[in-house]
Amino acid sequence: MQITALGDSALIVRVRDRFEDASEKTLSEVLSALRRLENAQIPGVIELAPAYTTVAVFFDPLRVIDDGAEPDGVIELLIQRIGEALAGRRMQHKRAAAHTAEIPVCYDLEFAIDLERVARHAQISPGEVIDLHCAAEYRVNCIGFTPGFPYLTGLPNKLATPRHTIPRNEIPAGSVAIGGAQAGIYPQESPGGWNVIGRTPLRLFDPQRDPPVLFQTGDEVRFRRITREEFQALQP
Amino acid sequence: MNLTVTRAGFLVSIQDLGRIGHRQFGVSTGGALDLHAMRIANFLVGNDESAAGLEITQGNVRIRFEDERIISWCGGDYEVRVASYSISSGHSALVLAGDELSISGPQQGCRGWLAISGGIAVPSVLGSRSTDLCGNFGGLDGRALRDGDTLPLGKNPERTKVWMENLRTERIAGWSAPKPWSQTVVAEPVLRVVRGTDWNRFNASTHHAVTSEAFTVLPDSDRMGVRLSGPELCRTDDLDLVSEAVAPGTMQVPPSGRPILLLGDCQTIGGYPKIAHVITVDLSIAAQFRAGDHVCFSEVSITDAHRLLVQRERELERFRIGLSLHDS
Repeated sequence: MQITALGDSALIVRVRDRFEDASEKTLSEVLSALRRLENAQIPGVIELAPAYTTVAVFFDPLRVIDDGAEPDGVIELLIQRIGEALAGRRMQHKRAAAHTAEIPVCYDLEFAIDLERVARHAQISPGEVIDLHCAAEYRVNCIGFTPGFPYLTGLPNKLATPRHTIPRNEIPAGSVAIGGAQAGIYPQESPGGWNVIGRTPLRLFDPQRDPPVLFQTGDEVRFRRITREEFQALQP
Repeated sequence: MNLTVTRAGFLVSIQDLGRIGHRQFGVSTGGALDLHAMRIANFLVGNDESAAGLEITQGNVRIRFEDERIISWCGGDYEVRVASYSISSGHSALVLAGDELSISGPQQGCRGWLAISGGIAVPSVLGSRSTDLCGNFGGLDGRALRDGDTLPLGKNPERTKVWMENLRTERIAGWSAPKPWSQTVVAEPVLRVVRGTDWNRFNASTHHAVTSEAFTVLPDSDRMGVRLSGPELCRTDDLDLVSEAVAPGTMQVPPSGRPILLLGDCQTIGGYPKIAHVITVDLSIAAQFRAGDHVCFSEVSITDAHRLLVQRERELERFRIGLSLHDS
């Protein structure tokens, strides 16, 4: 565990250095740290943001000082309070509690602009790519890039495909994609370099909803194949 | 009542103090790129500091009012006029029903923030009225304003009504905000930075270069970040870093070696090494950079950064008390 400053208004709590070595373990440690920090309600802390191996703790220095910190001792006080929040017996984040989201995906070539590329790279048929993609169980490790964009682990190794060296200017909203060893879904139209293999009719990010996302860091995700007709029917 | 943006210029968007609490969903904080300037402008019209105003990038903007309002602006070197009056930055001014405000320039700097008494009353989305230009939500339909857009305004606050009566003849108030707060363009800017999370991934000559040599602002800079060219910034390792949080002020270094100084609309996470972070009080200066500007960085401690913030906040409190003397 290591705590470093991200500028003058945030600290990064680093649970471990590398992610790939033990992604499941790291994720549960990050989620456990997140819960403990949420529960600690440290005065002056305004938000927490988990990502892979870290939890970022954003704070308002003025509020930390209002709460009794010396202007010269804001960081020290926060590090102490974070340490207290994370101390004690480790409660493992219970996997059973994770919410599972099922994402319907239409893999028709009209949407799956890189399905052939992924199949060629894996030296299997496009049908086998779809079967592998639907059979796997994924977990959300981080949300970022654009509002609601989930970074998913759990992609079968065979499907890992390098990103495009020149990103596309416009990837349509709902595009289900593969970037290296990770899977993801583009919540809104945006530029991007990942390989698009299908599209979901679900709206992943809706600012009018609370929470605005369909799933959060730590949740499990599965993909389910749907037809073009079902896609049409499920569109909002 | 409403205002109409009769000419929307290059880029005008509705902004307030930004969205807090949604980074975990990938939502940027956004908000006025100079939060301090937006707060000052709001105080000068009698608003709560969190009221929504307009962020203007490059000028050529015209705004028509349907009813009486007090307005104020802070930021770059703009010329702001209404009827035969020229309104300097950091001043409160009365505009009448039918008046058209013109904003031209800036001679120097890049952005300006306009507060209107009552605030812009678009619906709050995820706790803010700011326009998220990347996510396309908030503000007016999640987009930059266009010619002819009509924006709803909130009711004039009670204190504003008192000020309005006092300004009926003069139109422009005798009081104003301190010049460094309202006119934020700095010649030969030196931004103060604290060491970045990945400072130790860079070698000693790079540490020296980043805190002593000049960088040039590149044209593809925007609300997400200021792109810079200058001395090459060399890492001592070539490990792939795991993405983690970034924030406005973060200076990250992509493989090109050309640093990007992140601003309010930056993504919530990033995988490039972070060499330094511009301190909060100096983000006002960064919001004024335009292509071709030169900028230097100097290192301070986090304690210094906090002291400067506390000092500015104390001065702001005194300024607010001073303003309240005009309430009767």
